[in-house]
Amino acid sequence: MTTANVRLDVPKSAKRGEIIDIKTLVAHGMETGFRRTHLGVPIPRDIITSFTCLYNGVEVFRAELHPSVSANPYLHFSTVATESGMLEFQWRGDNGFFATQTAQISVTA
Amino acid sequence: MTPPSRRKFLVLSSGIAATTVLPSTVRAQMVRTPLNNMPEVIRKLTGGKTINKGKVRLDVPPLVENGHLVPLSVSVDSPMTEADHVRAIHVFTERNPLPEMVTFRLGPRAGRAFAATRVRMADTQNVIAIAELSDGSYWSDTAFLIVTLAACLEELPA
Repeated sequence: MTTANVRLDVPKSAKRGEIIDIKTLVAHGMETGFRRTHLGVPIPRDIITSFTCLYNGVEVFRAELHPSVSANPYLHFSTVATESGMLEFQWRGDNGFFATQTAQISVTA
Repeated sequence: MTPPSRRKFLVLSSGIAATTVLPSTVRAQMVRTPLNNMPEVIRKLTGGKTINKGKVRLDVPPLVENGHLVPLSVSVDSPMTEADHVRAIHVFTERNPLPEMVTFRLGPRAGRAFAATRVRMADTQNVIAIAELSDGSYWSDTAFLIVTLAACLEELPA
């Protein structure tokens, strides 16, 4: 596990059934693999290829990223607040990149 | 005639500025030759099924100064219930080195068929979002955007 710099925007509490907005940002260069150095040597691809959001262990959102996604991938999506618990975010990428971060949410009736 | 909206005006005026030779009718959606194999990739995704227009709303700025960081959001008109929801949203471009941009996989637990991210644009081009619904149908929306500083294809100084 790498110690990637991750920023999350997740509400701490929500009403049951409420649609909550989740915003995530992870520090990563997203090297496309199409660039060359000034000597003409191709720079190999190094990107994040997938992002997963788990809500108490159940996958609620996933994204497949390609070199067209900007550096420091930002994702904004939503989920329904069903129960109190933990949201887990996972980023996977080239060269064994793996980062994870969690957020607690308390759901009131 | 109603005065054109700000968005429409920007698209039209910058389109005229960007290309000096243009026919008298400048439309927001211009046809440009794809530089990658986008049509083939889309055909493979849908398995040759018809892609309907509508339901999907793809939001990108009409004119971007920096192709490295283009905000992009997609929403789909869907109740997002167990019986009727959006399974996936695919975003493609026709003039980046690769046609695939990003794929969002969602389901009824998303509550709302919406996702947003930031992407790179190598050129002035059309972007297409295709939504895959739970009944197996495909819906799409296309947006044209003008890029003044392109991403990924710039030459580094020798």
